[in-house]
Formats: sequence, C-alpha cells, structure tokens
Amino acid sequence: MAELFIYGVVLGSIIALGSIGLTLVFGILRFANFAHGDLMTAGAYVALFLVTGLFSWLGISDNPFIPLSFGLRMLFAIPISMITIALIAILLDRILYQPLRKKKSGTVILAMAALGASFIIQMAVLILWGADSLFYKPGVLRPALELPLEIKIRPDQIFIILIVSLSIAILHLFLKHTRMGKAMRATADNPELARVTGIDTGRIIKWTWGIGGGMAAMGGILYGIDVQLHPGMGWGFLLPLFAATILGGIGNMYGALIGALVMGVVQQISTAYLLPTYKPAVAFIIMILILLVRPQGIFGGRS
Amino acid sequence: MEIGGIVAYLVSLAILAGIYAVFTLGLNIQWGYTGLFNIGIAGFFCIGAYTSALITTPMPTGIYAHYVHQIFGWNLPFLLGILGAAVVCGLIAFLIGIPTLRLREDYLAIATIGIAETIRLIFNNERWLANGPRGLMGLPQPLQEMIDPRHYNYLYLIIILLILVIIYLAIERAIRSPWGRVLRAIREDEISTAMSGKDIFSFKIQSLIFGSMIMGIGGALYAHYTKAISPDVFTPLYGTFIIWVMLMVGGSGNNKGAILGAFVVWGIWTGTKFMTDLLPYTLKARAPYIRFLLIGILLEIILVYRPQGLLGEEKKVSKMMEE
Repeated sequence: MAELFIYGVVLGSIIALGSIGLTLVFGILRFANFAHGDLMTAGAYVALFLVTGLFSWLGISDNPFIPLSFGLRMLFAIPISMITIALIAILLDRILYQPLRKKKSGTVILAMAALGASFIIQMAVLILWGADSLFYKPGVLRPALELPLEIKIRPDQIFIILIVSLSIAILHLFLKHTRMGKAMRATADNPELARVTGIDTGRIIKWTWGIGGGMAAMGGILYGIDVQLHPGMGWGFLLPLFAATILGGIGNMYGALIGALVMGVVQQISTAYLLPTYKPAVAFIIMILILLVRPQGIFGGRS
Repeated sequence: MEIGGIVAYLVSLAILAGIYAVFTLGLNIQWGYTGLFNIGIAGFFCIGAYTSALITTPMPTGIYAHYVHQIFGWNLPFLLGILGAAVVCGLIAFLIGIPTLRLREDYLAIATIGIAETIRLIFNNERWLANGPRGLMGLPQPLQEMIDPRHYNYLYLIIILLILVIIYLAIERAIRSPWGRVLRAIREDEISTAMSGKDIFSFKIQSLIFGSMIMGIGGALYAHYTKAISPDVFTPLYGTFIIWVMLMVGGSGNNKGAILGAFVVWGIWTGTKFMTDLLPYTLKARAPYIRFLLIGILLEIILVYRPQGLLGEEKKVSKMMEE
C-alpha cells in the first residue's frame, strides 16, 4: 500500500502538470479545454522526435545518466518540446479560439472547438507516428531501488517528483512576484475588473496558453519516461485532469495541484482492488461525487 | 464495378447514413433545441447496441456457452430490443443528469465523456456481461426469413428509413408543442424562462432523456445491421465526434439539417476513402487518420465561418405564428 501511495504521488505530479495549466485556461478563458490532454501527447511525441530523430542525427550522446534511463538528449528535449508546445497552444488560440471569442461565440462553442482540436492533434500524431505504443529508449533496463517499507521505486520516478516540484515552485514564484503573474491571478479572479484596471488581457491570454502548453508538454514527456507513449494517452488523462481541476476549484492553481495528487493516489490505490484499466473510471466516479457534494471544489473557486 | 455492385454499395452507405441520422436527431433535441452539451454519445450508442443485442439473442447453449458469456439472452423480437435500448439509455441519461444539469453547462460535457469512457471500459473488462472485448455475434435481423440474405440490405434500408421518418415526425411534433418552445426558451435565456415559472432542471432532464432514448434506438439499429458488436466500435471518434460534426454541418436546431448533415458528412467520409485508396501503399494504413483529420478541420471551419451550418435554424416553430 505504501508503494502504491508513492506511485500515486508520481502519477499525481504528472497529472498536476496538466491540471494546473487546465485550471489556468479554465479560469482565465472560461472554457473547458478538451484538447489539454492532447497537448501532453503532442509534447511527448515532439520529445520523441528530438531524442530519436534530430539529436541522434546531430550526434548528441545517447548514454543514460545512470541510474536514470535517459541522458543528455532528453535533458535538451524537455525544454525544446515545452517551448514548441507552448507556441502551438498560442498559435491554436490565434487561429481558432480568438476568432470565436471575437464573434462572441459561447463558451460551449469554444469547448466544442477544443474537442475538434483534440481530435486533430490525435490524428496528426497517428499520421506521423502510427498507433503503436512507443518508448523513448526501448529495451533499456530500469532497475528499481529498494526503500524501507518494501517500497520499490525507479530513479526515474524520483526524478519526476523532483522536477515537478521544482517547476511548480518556479510557477508559484512567477505568479506571486512578477507583474505578469499578478496580472494573471487578477484576471483569473475577475476578468472584467482586470480589464478596467488596464491589464492587457491579450498578453495574459498568450502567457496562459504558453504556460499551460509548456507544463502539459512536460507532463506528457514525464509520462512517456515513466510508462510509455501512446496516441491516446492524453485522452486518457482527460478525466483525471478535469476531476483534479474541479476538485481543487476552477481557476485555483494550488487546488489543482492538491486535486491532482489526490487523483493520482486514489487511482493507483484503486489498482489494488480493480483492474488497472479502470483508472479513468475511478477518476470519473470521484468527479461525480465531487459534483454531487461540493461542485465548487474543496477550496472554493467558481462553480 | 458492375452496376449491381454500385447499387449495393450505395444501399449500405445509405443504411449507415440513416443510422447516423437517428443519432443526429437525438443530439439535435439535446444540443440544437435545449443547448445541452452531450459529448458522450458513444456511451449511449454502446448501451443501445448491447441492450438490444442481449434482448434479442438467445442464451448460448452447448459448446458455445464455453466461449460466449452474456448476462442474459432473452431471444425476443427486434422491436422489443429497440424498446429496451431506448428505455435503458433513458435511465442512464436520467442518472447522469441529476448531478450535472443544475451546474454550469460544461460540467455535463465532462460528465458525459466520463460515462462514455466508463461504459466502454466496463464492456471491455467484464466478460460475464457481454463477452468482454470479443463482443457478441450473430445478432438476429428483423424479417430476415422473408428475403434472400443477399438482398436483405434493401429491406433493412426500408426499415431504417421508416424508423427515421417516425422519429423525425415525433420530434417535429414535440418541438412545435409548448414543451418544445420551453426548451428553446431555456437555450436562449435560462433566467427569464425560470422567471416565467418553468422548472428549468425538469425540462433539461426531459430533453436529455428524450434525446438519449433516440440515441439508444440508433445504437440498436446499428447492432442489428452489423450483426456483431464489440466495445472497440464505440470509440469517441466514430461514436461521438463524427455525429457532432454531422449536426454542426447540417445545422443545429433544424431536424432536416440534422438528417442532411448525417448524409453529407457520411458521404464525404466514405467518398474520401476512394481518394486515399490512391495513396502509396505505405501511407494507406494511416489513411483513416488523414480522413479524420480533414473531418476535424471541417468542424473548426464550420464553427468559425458558418456556425449555423448548411440549413440554419428554423425560427418559426408554431403554425399559429405569422410569417
């Protein structure tokens, strides 16, 4: 059980990278971005292209940093993929969501456009990489460390927890102490008031997509390192992402973080009793319970 | 291809387009008239197909009982299968509506995605229920003993079109009644409708149930056409997404548009298959993805440039109203 708890924290920290971005988009742009999971997928596959394609062509060393399962290539691939996906998310807003906002389309129409974008991204990944599951480094041995309490954990998983904690700490400092961060929080809190006080909402929207896209990309890559890559992986994350976001209260970044950890742990612990394939269903049941009991989330936010 | 082959091909195309038209009509009640954002159509599709399959097939006996597991098999007629599919889907819609319809509109969307995924997982993993991933085979077809199996599709097309017309007339009647006008009022402005003394939640849940029952009928019609169903058929792509594109293309809030959209999009979908057949062999395996990519782009273009779809909404819903 202690082991499942730790695996849950690993899964939860990956979900957190998605749910924090989702809650920012939800809070600031006010629509359900059904393509958020697929931004994770896209990030993972861009990194795959870099690691197995471009960097191998450039002749960057493929030796892993023992005991981790990846090396220098992945270290470069993570930031490049994050920037790529951030730009794709901003571009998507420019060509799709912004025209819809200009036409005063309802939030449901925006969510539908996001659903369309979700399928477009999935199809693009399927066209480029096919439907099979892939690995960043197939056949590499990934020995686990033995911790007390019979916990087996792979060094990769420790790396995941550390890098996610670091990223969230950086985001926290950004939102708390920079002008842009403060403006973003103000906009999430009350967009009309933010506009009246002279905050440039156009820039806020770009930053929101950039941060959301970049974090999602990192989440996708880390899931690829921990488990595998699959074109439907982001779609599979959709329910835990939304459950975490609703649990934490829409627009509440810290709520989304806690919600993600809760979802990760509950999903992993459920595998002691249910088939692991039921994980998305477990996320769904929890979400329905939250909607019944406390639809505004544990930490408030907007309902 | 000889002429008979082309006709047979067009008939099978029309059957599937007709089945999809049943779904777009169901979705049109929910989205087009009430503004309910149901993106879990695949779940109702799946439940409708399986319910009718279980009702109409006999319980496997002898050697088959070792290979085919199903929770029950009542061996009842086709029409009872359809009825059962509608009733069970209505019940599921009721259960999903209770926690979500009082909340903001996108919660229903998230919850319906969840129910669709959960239903697919259950049918995939629980072998005792309906034979797990292998699914059920040998579903009976209505009046199949009356006609040569080679020509059966003509008869089935007539059955589909008949049911489609009945559903169309039923919805048209409902929509033009005071009940239908309340739905549209809710879609346009919930608060003022509530202030006129209408119980918003009750009307919304009725609309969700009504639409989902029709989707259940669509699922049953599909199951008895293909005669074999398995959980991997009811994916978000074939079960939900393409139906949304059909309704948006045809024109939400217009039942003729809903039917037109189903035929147009299904025509494009099958038509592009001929184009991708011309692709080099290595690309062919991925051709369906290219076609779905185009369908996705079609949806975005419609949303941005022609949100009313081909036909647009019919504004006049009462014959008492002046032109």
